[in-house]
Amino acid sequence: MDKKISIFLYFLLLLIGATGCREDELVVPTEYDIIGDEDLTGSVRGFYLVNEGNMGSNKCTLDFYDYHTGLYARNFYAEKNPNVIKELGDVGNDIGIYGSKLYVVVNCSHKVEVLDAHTGIRLGQIDIPNCRYVRFHRGNAYVSSYVGPVLIDPDAPKGAVFEIDTTALRVTRKVSVGYQPEEMEIVDDYMYVANSGGYRAPNYDNTVSVIQMVDFKQVQQIPVGINLHRLKKDKYDKLWVTSRGDYQTRPSRLFVMEKKSGYNQMVVTDTIPVACSNMAFFGDRMYYYATEWNNFTASNTITYGVIDVRTKEIVSDNFITDGTEKEITIPYGIAIHPETGDIFVTDAKNYVSSGTLYCFSPDGKKKWSVRTGDIPAHITFLKK
Amino acid sequence: MRTRSLLIFTILFLSTQGVFSRVKTDTVRTLEELTVTAGRPVEVIPAQTLSGDELNRLNSQSVADALRYFSGVQIKDYGGVGGIKTVNIRSMGTNHTGVVYDGVELGNAQNGQIDLGQFSLDNIEAISLYNGQKSEILQPAKDFGSAGSIYMRTRAPRFEEGESYHARAALRFGSFDLLNPSALIELRLSRRVSAQLSAEWINSSGKYRFRYRRVNPAGEVAYDTTAVRENGDINATRIECNLNGELNSGSWRVKFYNYNSERGVPGAIVNNVWRRGERIWDTNSFAQGTFTYNVGRFTTLNNIKYAFYRTHYVNNDDKQIKIDNLYRQKEIYFSTANEYAPFDIWRISLSYDFIWNALNADVYGFARPDRFSNLLSLATALSLGKVRIQASALATFIHDILRGQEAPADKHVVTPACFISYAPFRRPDFSIRAFVKQSFRMPTFNDLYYADMGNSKLEPEKVTQYNAGLLYERNRRGFWSSMRFSADVYYNYVTNKIVAYPKGQQFRWTMLNLGKVSIKGVDVSALVTVNPVDQLFLTLRAQYTFQQAIDITSPSDNYYRHQIPYIPRNSGSAVVNASWRGINLNYSFIYVGERYNQQENIRYNYTQPWYTSDISLGYDFHIRKVKCRALAEVNNLLSQDYDVILNYPMPKRNYRFTLTVEI
Repeated sequence: MDKKISIFLYFLLLLIGATGCREDELVVPTEYDIIGDEDLTGSVRGFYLVNEGNMGSNKCTLDFYDYHTGLYARNFYAEKNPNVIKELGDVGNDIGIYGSKLYVVVNCSHKVEVLDAHTGIRLGQIDIPNCRYVRFHRGNAYVSSYVGPVLIDPDAPKGAVFEIDTTALRVTRKVSVGYQPEEMEIVDDYMYVANSGGYRAPNYDNTVSVIQMVDFKQVQQIPVGINLHRLKKDKYDKLWVTSRGDYQTRPSRLFVMEKKSGYNQMVVTDTIPVACSNMAFFGDRMYYYATEWNNFTASNTITYGVIDVRTKEIVSDNFITDGTEKEITIPYGIAIHPETGDIFVTDAKNYVSSGTLYCFSPDGKKKWSVRTGDIPAHITFLKK
Repeated sequence: MRTRSLLIFTILFLSTQGVFSRVKTDTVRTLEELTVTAGRPVEVIPAQTLSGDELNRLNSQSVADALRYFSGVQIKDYGGVGGIKTVNIRSMGTNHTGVVYDGVELGNAQNGQIDLGQFSLDNIEAISLYNGQKSEILQPAKDFGSAGSIYMRTRAPRFEEGESYHARAALRFGSFDLLNPSALIELRLSRRVSAQLSAEWINSSGKYRFRYRRVNPAGEVAYDTTAVRENGDINATRIECNLNGELNSGSWRVKFYNYNSERGVPGAIVNNVWRRGERIWDTNSFAQGTFTYNVGRFTTLNNIKYAFYRTHYVNNDDKQIKIDNLYRQKEIYFSTANEYAPFDIWRISLSYDFIWNALNADVYGFARPDRFSNLLSLATALSLGKVRIQASALATFIHDILRGQEAPADKHVVTPACFISYAPFRRPDFSIRAFVKQSFRMPTFNDLYYADMGNSKLEPEKVTQYNAGLLYERNRRGFWSSMRFSADVYYNYVTNKIVAYPKGQQFRWTMLNLGKVSIKGVDVSALVTVNPVDQLFLTLRAQYTFQQAIDITSPSDNYYRHQIPYIPRNSGSAVVNASWRGINLNYSFIYVGERYNQQENIRYNYTQPWYTSDISLGYDFHIRKVKCRALAEVNNLLSQDYDVILNYPMPKRNYRFTLTVEI
């Protein structure tokens, strides 16, 4: 009889032995990788990378590469700012530096996080619902948002651009634009905003909103293409605008807008028949990549290319020359080092595991790569 | 909604009082419980079962809560009374789990998952879990199809000599502003026919306090915040009506079921977001009939069912995309299972099922699919004294029809299974057992046809299971009134696993057959009841599960050979119960070991173990002829702050009280 009790007790002991106990939840620690690509002479100190993190995971994280030390710091936000409840937030969407401040747009946390650009210490946050991208102009930050200030049609609210005073860190003005605005750019005191209408599929928006900065008013909506996303200016103040298409019959396209001489109005001058997901400029060259889903092969078709912004001709159909592109599952972000011309491409893999950041030399050879957070996407360079 | 439900309840309750005091003097024959397995040989592989009083005492509100006490089972619990709870048997995935309610499998062709949080324990008499399949050859073809099954059986009327009715009313209340009255009436309509009506109303604000706390490595508190869970409210009613009839050598049963609920969807707690605007209205109704008949060596079991599920999903959050979608699912099910026993030791069966599923949704680009499934199974059972063998093969034919687009090719799958048990000694106390089974899950309508995300080229996801184990079971009078010990080792191999795969920018996904998972596990369970003093019974029940469930899709993945998300390597539970006369004290402990919340087993995805202690104290007493029971429960006694699913915090310590009267 005692034997049976002891068998049972042994079983319970085994159960206890096999199990671990709960400990205090620690602040999410930073991890460091030695890269060794040091550069003490240039004017660039390093760069920040924001990892979006999957929706609902609260895993938007910030990484920093320091050219002085050659160290890559992964997920440094929580350690620098341990008192922030639930860390940086859910789904990062953009990042930018203006003056001494770093701005991180955290889409599903409905806020723009402001950090000291040199220390990474939090300075404050500005609550903006469903915020998307950030740009800067004359002491202000401008943030596009899917949700407009006035709900004219509550079922299909128009988007807005919010103006933030970068000293007081508060919203000063808002302007209603098209549906679900994405990237924007400012040329000669006019802001151009790419409207996607992504919430209205299949009735996508197809316009670029023009905002007069003096009175912060939308003065025009220029039809360009459906489901617009990227909008970036080159060094000649031409605008390069991407359309995501409808993912079915209408493919992704790249448009060029510029001002006719003697006019102050942007018009679409060229439609370049390539798919384009994202782009970055260096000198007269525009580097781009595209990811397009192919229903027939049930796989992604990925292309890389270089366009000469003067001639708008494709000068190369791949800027990666050593075959590394085969390792990249889903290119998700691109940036060019403003001095060296090194090309950075991020790989988001399956969206729910660590991504990879690749650094290529200007001639397309892989220099190094590093593990990042989930969905590495947006990069901004920190000047000394 | 709320007042109407209350009104219905009150009417039901009052009518009980009126009707039942009159019909008491009839004397009719006892109606036996409708079980087709009565008098048959014991199961080749016995199930894990919780039933009767034991089930009542286990601090559980829903079927999902009770399933935590079974080995090899993982529950996904999004928290609270209204939070979704799904079950995953031996890490093969929720879609491989069959859920059977009173003999007929519950279907959800839209996403293949049954929310077990919707099934309250109020009128459930027994819950059984079968690995592989139920060891029974007279069953619908569909029951041969799942990789593991949960059988829920509702209370069946049993009348003693001279009884003509039973009535029971219960009131549960407690934390989360829970108010849960229920009523049950059982009527003996004639000598061989009885009726049962059961109704229930659940109302809860779903509000509970939860806490997030972080410390830095020096041990200083970095943040410590307590907030109230919002938007987890529920208002639900369940009405169930059963008619049972007995024939000379058979029986029949008709069931009507209606569940109506309005729920908030609590959503993930992330930085700067503490509440969301999602709501779901569910109406689940079905009618099912069962008829079984025996002629000599031939037995037939027939089922028919019609089900209608309506789901209305709304996202009202001003900051997000507005969604207002209505999904309507219909199902017609017909099954005939027929068994013939040429000899006493050998039985064969043939079953045929037909299922029609349709889904209509007012979602842009939705294909409005219809699915016709034909299932044919052939099974045999052999009892050779110490050795018992069962073998079955199931052929499934699936044909989909779509509106406005071409349907994928028809699917035909054949899945075999074989079960063996061997009792080597003279007494049947000890037996060893083994099984091999193949099964699959069809891609759901969402996997295949959901706008933009679905992939109509998907193939079925397949599982092969190998299991070997032993069982020691003994019941006798004296100090050791019962003992049971079982242990199983198993290996499951999942191929063609359906996973979400990214396409392009910004969370655009599609579904692909891209995944292989290898699962090695051990389930151990033990149960001891001792009777040291007259009328004092002590029961100890413990179970432990070890699982190594690793992703072996591709060596190039950075999560290759990592434990798959939310599957702990170690988990277990222990229950200690003491009952003396009418008093019952129950303590239960649940442990779920460390897990990872994403595929990659890295520090950033680490999720701590959680373990909760629940206690309950019950007292049974009589007021004249009325049986009464009072039950007080304390859940999460030590108030642990934990997440089962990342960013879905679970309640701290909470209370529940139940008062039951029965005549």
